[in-house]
Order: sequence, then C-alpha cells, then structure tokens
Amino acid sequence: MLELKNISFEVSSGGRNREIVRNVDITIPDNKLVVITGPNGGGKSTVAKLIAGIEKPTSGRIIMNGEDITDLGITERARLGIGFAFQQPVRFKGINVIDLIRIAAGGKLTVAAACDYLSAVGLCARDYIGREVNSSLSGGELKRIEIATVLARGSVIAVFDEPEAGIDLWSFRNLIEVFQRMRTEIKDNSILIISHQERILDIADEIIVLKDGAVQMRGSRDEIFPKLAGTPSAVQECRKNGPWKGAEPA
Amino acid sequence: MIKLDEIQKRLLREIADLHTVPEGAYNIRSNSQSAGRQSTANIEIVPKTSVSGLDIRIKPGTKNESVHIPVVLTQTGIKELVYNDFYIGEDCDVTIVAGCGIDNCGTQDSEHDGIHRFYVGKNARIKYVEKHYGSGDGSGKRILNPGTEVYQEENSTVEMEMVQIKGVDDTERTTTAELAEGAKLVVRERLMTHGDQRAVSAYVISLNGKNASADIVSRSVARDDSFQKFEAKIVGNAECHGHTECDSIIMDNGRILAVPALEANDVDAALVHEAAIGKIAGDQLIKLMTLGLTEQEAEEQIINGF
Repeated sequence: MLELKNISFEVSSGGRNREIVRNVDITIPDNKLVVITGPNGGGKSTVAKLIAGIEKPTSGRIIMNGEDITDLGITERARLGIGFAFQQPVRFKGINVIDLIRIAAGGKLTVAAACDYLSAVGLCARDYIGREVNSSLSGGELKRIEIATVLARGSVIAVFDEPEAGIDLWSFRNLIEVFQRMRTEIKDNSILIISHQERILDIADEIIVLKDGAVQMRGSRDEIFPKLAGTPSAVQECRKNGPWKGAEPA
Repeated sequence: MIKLDEIQKRLLREIADLHTVPEGAYNIRSNSQSAGRQSTANIEIVPKTSVSGLDIRIKPGTKNESVHIPVVLTQTGIKELVYNDFYIGEDCDVTIVAGCGIDNCGTQDSEHDGIHRFYVGKNARIKYVEKHYGSGDGSGKRILNPGTEVYQEENSTVEMEMVQIKGVDDTERTTTAELAEGAKLVVRERLMTHGDQRAVSAYVISLNGKNASADIVSRSVARDDSFQKFEAKIVGNAECHGHTECDSIIMDNGRILAVPALEANDVDAALVHEAAIGKIAGDQLIKLMTLGLTEQEAEEQIINGF
C-alpha cells in the first residue's frame, strides 16, 4: 500500500512560488488499479514523479507499506519496488532494447525471457530485441518498450504516466489490451495510471480526479465514472471561465 | 612461434579477442618481431623487405576467410613505424582483424604508428576490425598513430569498426578513402579518452564514382581532462550519397572539437553531416535510476554502450 499524506509541491518561476500540488492525500491499496485523471495542468504527472522520487515534495510524507520513503532517492525507491513508465520515454544511443530490459530485470536475463516481455506489450520480439533505443523507433514502439521495462521490473507499485500520450489511436487500442491483462494478473502489487482515456478509466478499481493541484473527487469506478461523463468539455469550460466569458457558441 | 608472456596474451585478448592462435591467416607482432605467422592457400602474408611491415595478398574469390594481424608492445621505449598493405582480389568476402595493445610500465614513451593500405578489388567485400588499447602504470606514454588508406574499385564494400577502448595517451588517426562507382564504405568509430589523453581523428572520403556511398559515424566520450578532435570531410565528385555523424558525450573537464565538412563538386552529390556534443542527458540517468541503478552505475551504463 502506498500513501501520500498531505503532499504539497511548489516551484518557483519568475521569482514567484507556484503551488503545483496542494495538500493531496492519496492511498493506493494493494491489488488495485487506480487511475488519476483530470484536466491538463492539474498536477497529475507531478504526483507520479513525486511517487517515483523524481521530484521531492515541499511538505507532506510518502509512506510505502508502513515505511516512510519521503527522503529516499529514485534508485532506493526503485529497489523497494516502485516502477515508473515515463510519459515521454527516454531515447538512448548505444543502449539496445535487450540491455534496457535486462537492467530492468536486475541483471542476467535470457533472450527468450526478454522476448516474453516484448511480446506481452504486443511487439514482435525478434524485430526489436537487438535494436537501439534511439529515434529510429516510433512513439508507439518506444511507449511499449517503456511499459515492457516496467513489467520486467516486477514492480510492487507500477506507475504509468499517460501511456496514451504521443501514440496513435491504433497503437492505443492494442495498449489497452496490455493494461487489461495487467489488471487481471494483479497479485500482491498495485498499478497507478495517469490517464485521460475513457477506456483506461473503464478498467480502474478506483478513480481520483485531480484539478488545480488538489483532489476534486475520488471513489470507485462505478461512482466516479458516470460523473466524469457529464463533465463539461474543455471548450465549454473556456467559454465559461476564459477571456470569451459568456460568449455564445457560434 | 615465440612464446608470449601473460601481459602479451592479455593484450591480445583485449584487442583481438584472441585466446589461442587464430584460425586462418595471421601474423602476430610482438615488440617489433613476428611472434608467429601463417599464410593459407588463399591468403598470403609476406614481410616487406624495404620497410617494416607486411604485404597481404588475398586471392580473387576468397570467401568467408579471415586475417588477424594484431600488434602488442610491452617493452618501454619502443617506437616503430609499420606499413601493411592489403591487396584484396575481386569478389572476395573476408574479415580482417587488426589492433594494437601497448603495455608500458616504464618511463619512456612507447609508440606504434601503423599505416594500413587497402586495395579492394571489384565486387569485393571486407570487414575490418581495429581495436586499440593501452595499459601499464609507467610514466612513459602509450602512443598510437594509425593511418588508413582505402582504395575501393567498382561495387566493393568496406565496413570498418575502429575502437579505442582506453589507456591510449596520444593518438592521431587519419583515414582516407577513394571510392569508385557503386562502392560503399561504412565506418563505425568509437573512442574513449580519459586522464589527460589527446585524440585526433580525421577523415577525408572521396566519392568519385556514380552511386558511391559513405556512412561515417563516430561516437566518443571525453572524460577527465582529455581532449578530442574529430574532423570528417566527405567530398562528392559524382552522383553519390555521403553521411557523417559525430556524437559525443563530454564529462568532467573534457574538451571536444568536431569539425564536419562537406564538399560537393557534382550537382547530384547528396551529402549530410550531423554533429552533437553534450553531457549525458538528465532524463537518461533518471530513467536508468528508476530501473534500480545508482546514478554512477547509470552513467557507466550510458558510457559503455555509447
């Protein structure tokens, strides 16, 4: 179980402090798939980075299975079992797909075993295993490899930051299946996905809505999902609150 | 064959992956002497008479054979200049493994300057692997100055892998190539410098025939107080394709100068260069750290693969 207790995160820009995350309390229970959703700029990705240790909270504590991990670095958290899939996967010159999967698995891994992880994310392993993780790979391919590295780690808590970002609709359809499978195979672990996608929300056990850095809603999928469906669209929101306040639809 | 000591054997393993005497044709040069030589039915290795070095003649049509010509230096103060000429017949398909390892525990500089000339016949294909390595904790420098000249006839293919692993204090590499119609040259160079080492690598590749092509890629890492200079010039004298790329990681107080140059003397010459120098990207370190590596391990992983 992972608990974020009264977490706040501030950045300073232009000499002013800006609060990105405000007094957030989140619990990720064992054996659950939790999805954090909400408008852009609401602090979702920041929460994911705070969990992985990439950012340090300004205040509040992060507790994993009873242990306070707030002051632990990225490596230590990874070794405790926190996995993190980047929204924009990193490219490497000189590191091959198999190297990355081997590092993720913590050392020696047969080619066959590495191939299994690639197959699990819908990649034809033979075509990818020896390739460099560089810009010759498409966004969708990189995204799948990124997810394969998190699978290979066997994380206790796997965090996926917007798996749908930067990939085409066709690739995304296949990715959904990957997450659906992960959902059914959950055992002594939990999954946190940052997502806007209805189909990802649809497989969640719990949904948390983050807006303006604070938790706006939380609850079971059945409770939250219907409420989100009725949320005004971005265009309507803009008309209501933006510079065109009150403008009638054209 | 002269018996090799443990240091010499270790150098051979580092530069040529040799654990025993290689199969096929070979010449092992140790401290300016031949420590073993073997020709085969198709590959003849003959020492030169006027200067130090070898003539290596490969019969036309020779396929799937290899030549090993490693050099090791373990005596301090040796300075040698060696000319090796390769005559590769038409339609050959062979692998040539060269390389030089210097172990210098003394106070005098040890230097090996090897000039390799390749005359590659029509439709022939060669793969050339050259590794350079230095070890030993003496104050004498380990110096390697390889000169490589390649002359490619029609539709020949040359693939070169040139690696300087570590421990070479000073190196000046020059590589020139002349390519006829349909000839193809691929170079992959990897270079790592540390301490106060200095490395200069210069290429001049002339694409003289229609559809000749060259792809020169250098990846290097400059650590500590070391300095590297990479100069790559591709000259397009016909309808041809040329690409040069220099990617460098700079660390500590390292310095790198990349000078890519293109010269097009034909309206149909298509030439491209890319050069990028930078420190290891922060997000690369973070990604590897989320996979459980420490920052230092992540850094090593990136450098070793580069």
